[in-house]
Amino acid sequence: MAIIATEELGKDYHLGPHTVHALRGVSVSIEPGEFVAVMGPSGSGKSTFMNLLGCLDRPSAGRYWLDGQDVARLSRDQLATVRNAKIGFVFQMFNLLPRTSALENVELPLLYGGISSRERRQRGRARLQAVGLADREHHHPSQLSGGQQQRVAIARALVNDPAVILADEPTGNLDTRTSVEILALLQRLNRQGLTIVLVTHEPDIANYASRRLVFRDGRLRTDDHAEPLDAVEALKSLPEEDEAVA
Amino acid sequence: MLLQALRIALRSLKVNKLRTALTMLGIMIGVAAVIAMVSVGAGAQARVAEQIQSLGSNLIIVLSGSSNAAGVRLGQGSQTTITEDDASAIAREVPLVQVAAPSSRGNAQVVYGNLNWSTGIQGVTADYFEARDWPVEVGRPVLQEDVDGATKVALLGQTTALNLFGDADPIGQIIRIKKVPFTVVGLLSRKGQSSWGQDQDDVILIPLSTAKKKVLGVSQANARSVGSISIKIRPDEDMAEAETQIRALLRQRHRLQPYQDDDFWLRNLSEVLQTQEESSKVMTYLLAAIASVSLLVGGIGIMNIMLVSVTERTREIGLRMAVGARSRDILTQFLVEAVTLSLIGGVIGIALGIGGSNAISALAEWRTVLAPSAIVLAFGFAAAIGIFFGFYPARKASRLDPIEALRYE
Repeated sequence: MAIIATEELGKDYHLGPHTVHALRGVSVSIEPGEFVAVMGPSGSGKSTFMNLLGCLDRPSAGRYWLDGQDVARLSRDQLATVRNAKIGFVFQMFNLLPRTSALENVELPLLYGGISSRERRQRGRARLQAVGLADREHHHPSQLSGGQQQRVAIARALVNDPAVILADEPTGNLDTRTSVEILALLQRLNRQGLTIVLVTHEPDIANYASRRLVFRDGRLRTDDHAEPLDAVEALKSLPEEDEAVA
Repeated sequence: MLLQALRIALRSLKVNKLRTALTMLGIMIGVAAVIAMVSVGAGAQARVAEQIQSLGSNLIIVLSGSSNAAGVRLGQGSQTTITEDDASAIAREVPLVQVAAPSSRGNAQVVYGNLNWSTGIQGVTADYFEARDWPVEVGRPVLQEDVDGATKVALLGQTTALNLFGDADPIGQIIRIKKVPFTVVGLLSRKGQSSWGQDQDDVILIPLSTAKKKVLGVSQANARSVGSISIKIRPDEDMAEAETQIRALLRQRHRLQPYQDDDFWLRNLSEVLQTQEESSKVMTYLLAAIASVSLLVGGIGIMNIMLVSVTERTREIGLRMAVGARSRDILTQFLVEAVTLSLIGGVIGIALGIGGSNAISALAEWRTVLAPSAIVLAFGFAAAIGIFFGFYPARKASRLDPIEALRYE
């Protein structure tokens, strides 16, 4: 069964007298374990699509099943609960809480899931370890490099065992080498069975995904599968340098 | 969840310490002002209540009125129009009256040994002590035999005793009032200041008959005349009704025609004091109201800062929503933050208010009374202000669109 299935998904925005058709009927199905790159120029509808996939917004038309649940008509608070349980977000700007330790940042989604503090701590530590930052759990974001911050954000996205990770330009603020490192981490998680949807406008980054969805003018134009680049291999050809620079 | 919200609130308050402190300052000052002002007002009320106590409640005083001779009206007491017979008539014929005691007052130089002291000499009857609620501390009061026999006995007020005898025991000693020797038989208990600031303890009481014969002299017009009558009304009786009856009786006894003014004055002193008590109560409310304004301003300060905080933390709010915070989670978080601000400010304000009220009573020597109800009220008011002024910013935060909030720069 598809983990994400949309049927003629559409979204209109009303700007005064004008109606903008940001998304004009997109039907797509993503299976568990896929690593999908969503591409397209700005205004192509890819951000709108991602917002709908992330349950941050409700579609104007069409249907959307996430992990078997019809979520297209849920209320604001019901969507929040779905986001909490099923979706892990990774943002371009990391969006970590400032002056808050890495561990507490990772625990944040559990806070809204009603998990006991002992279990929160336990799961937070495990996820930090999974992204290789076990020794940084008490560091604040300002004490971490950009790559490390994004790893914390990935750990946070993983902490609720979500059905899918939605990564919105996760490498947009990182240098090339760090970007590839983050991609290597995502590829590793993907091989462990995690479904990942990644938004990017860089074809270089999209090459690390196994499937590409290209949007244009609110429609899905291309949907092709390709053999992905291996980020670990790619790292070897990159010069060893400025790892700490974000 | 609430505990969690409290932790988040405390953390975010800790991040901006100066701003937090300044925001709290408004509430602190407001709460402190309410508590201090109410304590000053309550102190004033307590003072008035005490004066009523010391005056003796249910007291009506009749004073000699002004004379009206050929259209020239002299002042109060210029004519000795009331008599001992008026007093006994009042006691006899007005059922609301418990006791009516005539008395006359004058001033005289008093000598004991090589000390002398000018003081008020009050000629009284045995009923005076009951009428004025004025017990004798040591010795005995003026008795009926003293009045009948015009004995030369005297009771000293506390101030007079102190000035003539110091710490020595005055009982049994001989003092001279206008060169007439009197035996001191009693010492009156302390009465304190009257409501108009007069020292009521600077007095010597002697039998009325003796006073007339030996000290104050007798009015040529009427040997039975007295300066005033102190009338005690029975407990729980209507003072105004008693006043009306006494006035009617005196007018009848003095044969006054309806067109004539009273030739006596009725003073219902507890009424005056009750008015004072009322006005001091009003003053308390007024002070509290003014102080509340500063509490209100403090609340607006909280709202202001919370709005700034919501704007500053828009991205944080967006993130929290993205990872699963519902509207009510965000609402709770910011509301708890506002209430925490106002409550911490309130607690410090209570401490400041108590300190301030003590400082006022120590420095300005005003009586202050710390009312627990005022403290509870001020604290509750602070909490209510936190909720009230925190609600709008919190609601604004909870209604943010997560997509826009995440994108907010």
